[in-house]
Amino acid sequence: MGKYILRRILYAIPIAFGVSVVCFSLVYIAPGDPLQTVMPPDATAETIAIVKHAYGFDKPLPMQFLIWLGRVVTGDFGMSIATRRPVIWEVSDALANTALLAMFAVPISFFIGYVMGAVAGSFAGRWIDRVVTGAAVVGVSLPNYWLGIVLVIFFAVQYMLLPATGMGPQGSAGFNLLQWSNAKFLVLPVITLSMIPVGILARTTRAAVAEVRNQDFVQTLRAKGLSEWAVTRHVLKNAMPQVMAVMGLQFGYLLGGSILVETVFTWPGSGFLLSKAIINRDVPVLQGTILTLSLVFVATNLIVDLLQSLIDPRIRRA
Amino acid sequence: MTDYSSVIPAKAGIQRGGAPTAALDPCFREGDDDTEQQVEPLYEEQALPATRVRGYWQSVFYRLGHDPVTLVFAAAVLLIVLAAVFAPLLAPFDPYKESIVGRLKPLGWRGHPLGTDELGRDMLSRLLFGGRVSLLMGVVPVLIASLVGGMLGVLGGFVGGRTNTAIMRTMDVFYAFPSVLLAVAIAGAMGGGMANGMLALTLVFIPPMCRVAETATTQVRALDFIEAARASGARTMTIIRYHVLGNVLGPVFIYASSLVSVSILLAAGLSFLGLGVRPPVADWGLMLSTLRQSIYVVPLVCALPGLAIFITSICCNLVSDGLRAAMDVRM
Amino acid sequence: MRPLLHDGLASDPRDRGGPLQPLLIARELRKHFPVKNSGGKSVKAVDGVSFTVRKGETLGIVGESGCGKSTLARLLLHLVVPDAGELVFDGDLVDTRQLPVNALRRQVQIVFQDSYSSLNPRMPIRDSVAFGPFVQGKKKQQARDIACEMLGKVGLDPDLFGPRYPHELSGGQKQRVNIARALATGPRMVILDEPVSALDKSVEAQVLNLLRALKRKFNLTYLFISHDLNVVRYLSDRVLVMYLGRAVEIGPIDAVFEQPLHPYTRALLASRPSMDPARRIEEAPITGDPPNPIDPPPGCRFHTRCPFAETPCEKTDPALGIWEGPQSHVVACHMHDLASGHSRFENV
Repeated sequence: MGKYILRRILYAIPIAFGVSVVCFSLVYIAPGDPLQTVMPPDATAETIAIVKHAYGFDKPLPMQFLIWLGRVVTGDFGMSIATRRPVIWEVSDALANTALLAMFAVPISFFIGYVMGAVAGSFAGRWIDRVVTGAAVVGVSLPNYWLGIVLVIFFAVQYMLLPATGMGPQGSAGFNLLQWSNAKFLVLPVITLSMIPVGILARTTRAAVAEVRNQDFVQTLRAKGLSEWAVTRHVLKNAMPQVMAVMGLQFGYLLGGSILVETVFTWPGSGFLLSKAIINRDVPVLQGTILTLSLVFVATNLIVDLLQSLIDPRIRRA
Repeated sequence: MTDYSSVIPAKAGIQRGGAPTAALDPCFREGDDDTEQQVEPLYEEQALPATRVRGYWQSVFYRLGHDPVTLVFAAAVLLIVLAAVFAPLLAPFDPYKESIVGRLKPLGWRGHPLGTDELGRDMLSRLLFGGRVSLLMGVVPVLIASLVGGMLGVLGGFVGGRTNTAIMRTMDVFYAFPSVLLAVAIAGAMGGGMANGMLALTLVFIPPMCRVAETATTQVRALDFIEAARASGARTMTIIRYHVLGNVLGPVFIYASSLVSVSILLAAGLSFLGLGVRPPVADWGLMLSTLRQSIYVVPLVCALPGLAIFITSICCNLVSDGLRAAMDVRM
Repeated sequence: MRPLLHDGLASDPRDRGGPLQPLLIARELRKHFPVKNSGGKSVKAVDGVSFTVRKGETLGIVGESGCGKSTLARLLLHLVVPDAGELVFDGDLVDTRQLPVNALRRQVQIVFQDSYSSLNPRMPIRDSVAFGPFVQGKKKQQARDIACEMLGKVGLDPDLFGPRYPHELSGGQKQRVNIARALATGPRMVILDEPVSALDKSVEAQVLNLLRALKRKFNLTYLFISHDLNVVRYLSDRVLVMYLGRAVEIGPIDAVFEQPLHPYTRALLASRPSMDPARRIEEAPITGDPPNPIDPPPGCRFHTRCPFAETPCEKTDPALGIWEGPQSHVVACHMHDLASGHSRFENV
């Protein structure tokens, strides 16, 4: 068991390395001189020369990568071209705001999706299954950016119940969760963000539950005299590993896919930061944000895998 | 017709020397002069298989033909595609023609059945033309990713060993990125535009296609008929071509069809962020983005491009579900 | 011009060594499968097996599950590459310029146990059977004609069964198809790896009789692997008994079955269920499970379960006796070896 944990952690290291290579090369696939991407347009020739040396653009590629990696590991992601602030501060501020959204979206969407899927799977073939499956298909096919706009139209424009954009009257600096005047800005983004995970989780859970229910051991349990509810508990426990794997992926989606939702609601999270960076061609911020989000995703998958192996003994042997 | 009478006796089951089962009792072992014993059963005595000869693909079409829900949505997809293809004929107005006076008009205003956008252009026409871009950006990446990812997956799955590990580990690195993030990163770094967007989406879809193909190939490779094919002396490429591809195509196709709806959503999302086509080209995602400011004026019109994305995506999704149900049956 | 498939007992034009040359000689075949993450341990599936197969005979190979029979079958076709040992086919050394593996595969074919997974579910039967000839150079239509002919010879109407798919056929019919497929390339030797183990008894009888008829008709040599002793006796001329990757006894079928020399063979034969209530036995003739092939016991591999085990058995591994001729009956057991020091040395 300990060996499995160790191996799984060791396996994550080359992945993280590969991720950093990809992030590093983003600068180079950008059109134009890579130097231009990290310098503001009005830099003087001296500044350019200094930066060129510091970044190592005059050195061969692998050297540049190592230099970059060295800086990244110490937390130096460079300077934002747009705001002239260190990228790491921008990213951590923004990430905190996204985390706020995720904090609500994750439990809500996971719970609703799981329950929907469990109910649908347990009553597979009946009307409730069809309803849930239909809702799940809708959830998965709906562009979440559009849903955001529709919700805004409905709740903000037509009925003026909730605010359309932003993160509260004082913005992210003064955000106070406990006051409704602030908290109401959370409602629509969280709902929008939750929709796709609910759909995917409902589908996955339903499939897993329906599949486990068909296995022979379920009949054995019934024959032993267990109540239907007790049988269902066993079924859900067996379906958990598959569902957990998807949950992990959905967490990553919430991190990465938040870009669209945050743009719609101008919620100052990491996704919005990313979208601003794209418009401004602010490559250091682009690199820093993507690197951070991806590494968080890798870490999440690692944790999910380890949790899965705790629950499902079959995985440990692999 | 070849004469089989030398092997098959005129009457079924003739055996001199007793009942067939007696021959298996160790006490009654026959001598080596078996020339009298002809136990070839006449082939009319074989249990006949089902009268209808139905291959795999024929049974797939049969199941699809009897699935009304999938057929309806397939027809819807076809309609959408045709509408996009024949957009120049169907569009009532020029999608690029602006009008200062007729901006942000509601449904039905002066012959514009779906209103006008923020520059006075006809919504219906722009939606029809936008369909071309959105559908292209949705389908092309999936096609290319299926080809490239599929080839890599089959290769890795069949060859196995270090090559396979190398391929799959590389794919794992790309898997470590959430797909939206990766698409945005690549498209964003490359500066946007339709081609870059399609490239980004293709790169995002190659790892999952590769994985599906590799899993299917590994499963097929473990079956005995592959070994039998090797035992006949076939070379690797021949075995892949005749035995592996036919069995792998199914899962790959099912997965690819389920990717189409995701691709349409992602492509429109990229355009929404400004990473797709550039204005004034009509594209559903881009339209949604530019109309966002105007939701206080004509909310209904502004929601239309998103509705188009939603409808297309859900129809593709349901068709792919139907395909999976028709194709995923173990024979 | 070699005829497509030939009838009767005419001598095979491919014959190189003459009637006295054994068709197949296996010498010290060895195959160990490394176990992952175990620090160098391996499953010793086949550990030094030697035997010969004469032209026109059927050699039966018996043993428990896990004794290495199937691995041996695959070694003979180089589907699995041996770690050590050599194969000589009709006088030519296999996997050398004399006889490359591809050329060997034109002359030896195999029928597997699982009739279902042996056939490509997406290919019609006729094409599955035609694949072999096609790969070996025939044109598609020619290969198809051969396939139809072979289907007829195994008792399946080619027009009725040719275009069908495997899932439409019963187990026995599928196995006939596998036999047709093996014979389509015109081999001289067919390895049958438990071909009837998965079939119902009545179907088993039909398939066995078919195999006998085909052997006569096409002048074949068989290597018949099975765990079912009655079936082996029905079909074989000589038999090889395997235990834990080794050959422990080889001899003519009647000799081995009536006077088994190795204690393992005796136990195997004694464990066959009998239809005769008078022959009922109270205790199992053999107890315990076969030892782990990763860590075989030292000395004679069977000594942990052998009722006659003594000190020499724990120390040295007995070798098969000296081979004298086609009818010799040899055994790897200290009881039959004068020099071993075993107290129960018996004269054979």
